[in-house]
Order: sequence, then C-alpha cells, then structure tokens
Amino acid sequence: MTALPPALRDGLDLMVTEVCRYSERLVSLRMRAADERPLPSYVPGSHLAVACGDGINAYSLTGSGLYPERYAVSVRLDAAGAGGSVAMHRLRPGDVLRSSRPRSQFAPVAQARRHLLLAGGIGVTPILSHARAAHEWGTSADVLYVHRPGEGIHAAELRELAGPQLSVACLTSREAFGRALRGRLAGSPLGTHLYACGPEPFMEAVLRAAREHGWPEGRLHAESFGAASLDPGEPFGVKLPDGTRIPVPAGVSLLEALESAGRAVPNMCRQGVCGQCALTVTAGRPLHRDHYLTEAEKEENRLIMSCVSRSLDRELEVRP
Amino acid sequence: MTAVTGADAARPVPEGLERFPFPLTEDAYRYSTNVEPARKPVRTAAGGWGTRIIDIDGHYDGELRERAAILQRDPSRMALAPHMGPAAWDALMYCLECLAREYPDRMGLVREGRRFAWSNRLQDLRVDGVIGDDDSVPGGPLTFLAGQIQEDIALLDKREGALWLDGGVVTFASNWSMAFDVGMRFLEIHGPVPRVHEERVITRAHDFLMRMQPGEAYRRTNWSMTVDRRLDVSTETYPEWGSSRTEVLEDPRLPQRLHLRVEVQHLIALPHTGAVLFLIRTYLEPFERLAQIPQWRARLHAVLSELPQDMADYKGLARYRPRLVQWLAGEDTVRR
Ligand code: HEM
Ligand code: FES
Repeated sequence: MTALPPALRDGLDLMVTEVCRYSERLVSLRMRAADERPLPSYVPGSHLAVACGDGINAYSLTGSGLYPERYAVSVRLDAAGAGGSVAMHRLRPGDVLRSSRPRSQFAPVAQARRHLLLAGGIGVTPILSHARAAHEWGTSADVLYVHRPGEGIHAAELRELAGPQLSVACLTSREAFGRALRGRLAGSPLGTHLYACGPEPFMEAVLRAAREHGWPEGRLHAESFGAASLDPGEPFGVKLPDGTRIPVPAGVSLLEALESAGRAVPNMCRQGVCGQCALTVTAGRPLHRDHYLTEAEKEENRLIMSCVSRSLDRELEVRP
Repeated sequence: MTAVTGADAARPVPEGLERFPFPLTEDAYRYSTNVEPARKPVRTAAGGWGTRIIDIDGHYDGELRERAAILQRDPSRMALAPHMGPAAWDALMYCLECLAREYPDRMGLVREGRRFAWSNRLQDLRVDGVIGDDDSVPGGPLTFLAGQIQEDIALLDKREGALWLDGGVVTFASNWSMAFDVGMRFLEIHGPVPRVHEERVITRAHDFLMRMQPGEAYRRTNWSMTVDRRLDVSTETYPEWGSSRTEVLEDPRLPQRLHLRVEVQHLIALPHTGAVLFLIRTYLEPFERLAQIPQWRARLHAVLSELPQDMADYKGLARYRPRLVQWLAGEDTVRR
C-alpha cells in the first residue's frame, strides 16, 4: 500500500471545467475545487503537483494568483515522457484530479526594480503568471518569449498585458531572441531580477549569457520543480523494545505509523525542526530527512526524528 | 513545593484564566524551536486555548484604544518599506478572512474581485475597500489591520536567502523597538538572545520559515514578566516603566503587581506574496491570580527556581526571582 505524499494528502480535489486545445500538442485546462469552495490564492510563478497517469507531475499556474476563480495550467504533450502529459491531454470537463495546494518556488522579488521575464516554449506558463501579477500590481516587467512557429500558446494573452510598465516581445527565431536578450541584459536598470523558464538548453543559454554580462547570481532565478516533500519514501518496518513490529508504508511517517498503532510519541512541529519526536535507534540505519540533528549526529545514527525520517534498512529497532 | 492538594484542585477557576495560554509544559524551561501547527487545541490545568489564529477577548476595546493613542504619539511604531504594499494587502485580507470565519457573529467580509465590504460589529464599523488601493481603507492596509485586531503585526520579506523585517505595527513590544529593528534580517534581530546561537535554535527557525509554503500557519509561545498590566514596554518608553522594576521589589503587593507576560506568536506564509506575517499577541496575568491554579503555581515555582542565570538576566526577571520563588513556595516574608 502506498499513501499519497504529504503535499497531495493535504491538497485539493480539482474538477476540470474547460479544456482548450491550442494545437495538437498544446492544451490548456481550467479547474475549480471539486467541492466548489473558493480556491486558495497563490504566489506568482507557483505550480501544482498533480497526480495524473502513473506519477506526480508539476504544472505551473498561469494566473496572477490573486483570488483565482479557476486554476489554469497548460500542458505540452510529451509522447516520450513519463506519461503524465498524455494523461493530462486525455482529461475532459467533469474529470477530477488530486493536486497539491499551489507551491511557490519561483516567486517574484518584491524589492526588484524590474523583472526580466524570459520564456522558452511551454516555459511560458509561470512567466505569464508573473506578467499578470506585474500588470495587476503595476510593477515593471519586460517579457521575452521565444517559441516555435504555430506553438505560441499564451502569446496573445501576453500581448494584451503590454503597457507603459510592461513590455512584451514574442519571437519565433532563436537569433532574434538572442539579439533581444543581449539588448535586455546590457540595458536593464540595476536591480532588475531575471526569471527564466523553458527547456534545459534554453535555460543554460540564458543563464550563461546573463553571467557573461556580469549579472550576479542573486539576481538570476530559474524555475526548477523541486521534489521536496513530494517523495513518499520506501516502506520499512520498526521493531519496538517489547518486540512489536509496526509497518511504515510509503507516504506515511514513522510518527504517524506509531500513532495509528496506539504508540503516541511526543511531537510538536511534525516538520523535522523542533526535536520533540526523537526516538533512540538501537539497530538499523535511519534515512535522516530532518533539520534538527547536526551532520555529526546524523552520522552517529543514534537518534531518529520520527516525524520526517525513514530507514535505509528494511527494519529499524527503536525505543522512546 | 507541595501546594497541589485535592481541595485546591476542586476550587473554581478564576474568571479569565480558562483561556490563558500558560506556556510552561515542563518543570525546566530552555529555548527550543518550539513551533507547532496553528489552531491546534491545547489543554491547560485551567481550561484550554489555541483553536484560533486571531483571538478577541474582553480587552479588545481597551487595547485597540491604547494602540491608537500610542500610534498617535509615536508614529515610528508603524513601518512599511515601499516594496511591501502587496504584502500589507495580503496580510490585511488574510486576517479579515480569518476574523470573518472565526467570529461570524461579529465580523463579516464579502468580496467580489478586488472589491470588498468589511463589517465589524464590535466597532460598529463598515468599510468598503479595494485591494491594492491604499486610500480605500483608513490609514492604509497595515494601520487599518492594526485597528481591527489586538495582535501586534510584523511583516517579513523573503529575499537573498534571508528574511527581512520590512514592515509592521508593533505597539506592545516587550523591551525591543520596531523602529530600531526594521530593515534588519531575522538572524540579526535575534542577535541579543543568549544561548540560541550555540543551540542553533534560531538558525533552525530561520530555515523552517524559509521553507514554509504559502498558506501554512504555525505558532509558538514566549514568556517574560512585566510590572503592572502594562502592554507597552518598548525600548522607547523605558523611562516610563524602567524604575517600576526596582520599585516593585519593596512593594508588599508584588504578587499582585508582577505579571507573567505570555506572547502567542503566529507565523504565517501569506498566500499571494509568500511574505511571512508574524502576529504577536500579548497576555498579562498577575502571579497572584495564576497561583490560584495549583498546578501552575507548582510549575512556575519549579521553572523559576531552575532557570539559568543568563536566561533570567535576558528576560529581565533576575531581580524578582528570589522573592517570587519564595512566595510561590508559600514562604514569602515581605522585606519592608
Ligand atoms: C518571524 C518573525 C520573528 C520576529 C520578527 C522576531 C522578533 C524578535 C525580537 C524583536 C526579539 C527580542 C530581541 C531583543 O532582545 O532585542 C525576539 C526574541 C526571541 N525570539 Fe523571535 N522573532 C520572530 C520569530 C521567532 C521564532 C520563529 C523563534 C523560534 C525559536 C523565535 C525565538 C526567539 C527567542 C527564543 C527570543 C528570546 C525571547 C525571550 O527570552 O524573551 N523568534 N524575537
Ligand atoms: S515533531 Fe518536531 S522534529 Fe518531529
């Protein structure tokens, strides 16, 4: 048995309300909460971790994030990928998906003088979110979007946002993008933050060019979908001093497994920082995932924080 | 210490103590990264607390009047860096939603797009506002919020891998100064606190706050002591309250005048900006009343007897400690 990872367990059931096909490979989905409750606001550039098909995939939200009536994501069909995009492309209005709450890993910097927003292909989705938020809050942004001819999903929405504080250029050739990028890298005011999202080669090229132009690392932001807190871990078992054995399935913490077995452990944060839920390890090697123990303590393998850490071995022996 | 007897335990709980967030859960107190999920109910020897993020009690009108008077006298208790406008709106809307949900009989919020109508029956107040339009609510979003809730407010921006105190309205600071600390990093702010650096308490808290996802809410408690029921013991007003700290030592009414000061602090990653909203709610109860709960009397006695000197010094309670410990043990002899 595998339980959902925590981010999805505490997540949302979303119902597809509209499917909008832009091209054979590009589709946009709009969703509302299946229970019709208001959807949480989100930080521009946030993504949803969605269980669809065999795995869990991250999709950027394209709205500004302020009181969204719908969550919208766009998905590019990747026939060679793990199958998530294929399943997403099969969705029809009325279908329900399990999703995390919006997760922020690509947030705007409030203090930035300007945001230079760079999108390659389907990487336009979080960039559109940033541009919409900049438009709503009247902050300054400069958008460059490069895409293949006929695949310029969201180019029209971006152009509609253009105004005195927000410039938008959508380009279909790499050379034109390269020229425009160098112009922006040389001409953006000090205090501009660069945000890039797109395929690996695009990101590498953009970041390399920015470094060559002397942009400091602290001003460069690249979207990456971290697996943090999405990893359900491997199943293992614990043996208690009285000989009881308790299974810990994937997606369930040691602390939760002990609690369900009626063996409560003192705890507080349930996030691996407060140190309350420590157990002593008498056999087996813990897989430390906490932020409480020092590196040296982790190497000793004498303590385990039961709210987040797991086991490298099939069985751990622990005592309170 | 043997104050806990069956007869004592059966005495009725003095009014107001049922909901007091008594912070001591063990007989020895040390700093720890004591964060836990918000809204988790806590049971105490006198009742319980903790089901709400924002707490309204019988001091609502008085504390808000006091805050308004302090802000009038000393506008430096409010600060907001120019880039924190959206975060201030995020904080206001988060708290108004919380109030409307948690006090539906007294507070109401209706929103349509960016427009909203707020009503607060405790103040006979109705305000129509527009999110993002600072002139649409009296005083702007942060000052307006400070007039709706008893909590002090701090807003922290996340950038460059750190948290910066970039705004807030703090009128009831416990021996610190908003005007002095504003613009500082979280780690700098905690510089004066003893022990926490060796024990990595603050760095762990910092990393935890940096990882918090928008919409998540946690809380912690902190405690110290204050002479008389005085909320504003900020550095700015030290000349007004400083001398009471020695003067009370000669006062036979020390157990009535000396208050346990408990702060319930909420840590909230705001949904639309990701800024950290730090709400500090201060509760004051005289020792004389707390000691009517036998378990609390015993716990206070144990903790205060054991508290290491550097922590007692930092909390500013070293001078009261000997007499208080004696009194809690039932052996008080008033030095006159
Ligand atoms: C996030 C917003 C926070 C702000 C703005 C804040 C601010 C402060 C300030 C101004 C002080 C007084 C420092 C002085 O003496 O000048 C203080 C004390 C302290 N803070 Fe924080 N704090 C925050 C969160 C936390 C968290 C999450 C922890 C978790 C461990 C923490 C632990 C402490 C401790 C242990 C003290 C010493 C208190 C005492 O003994 O009276 N703080 N904080
Ligand atoms: S409960 Fe806090 S570290 Fe596990």
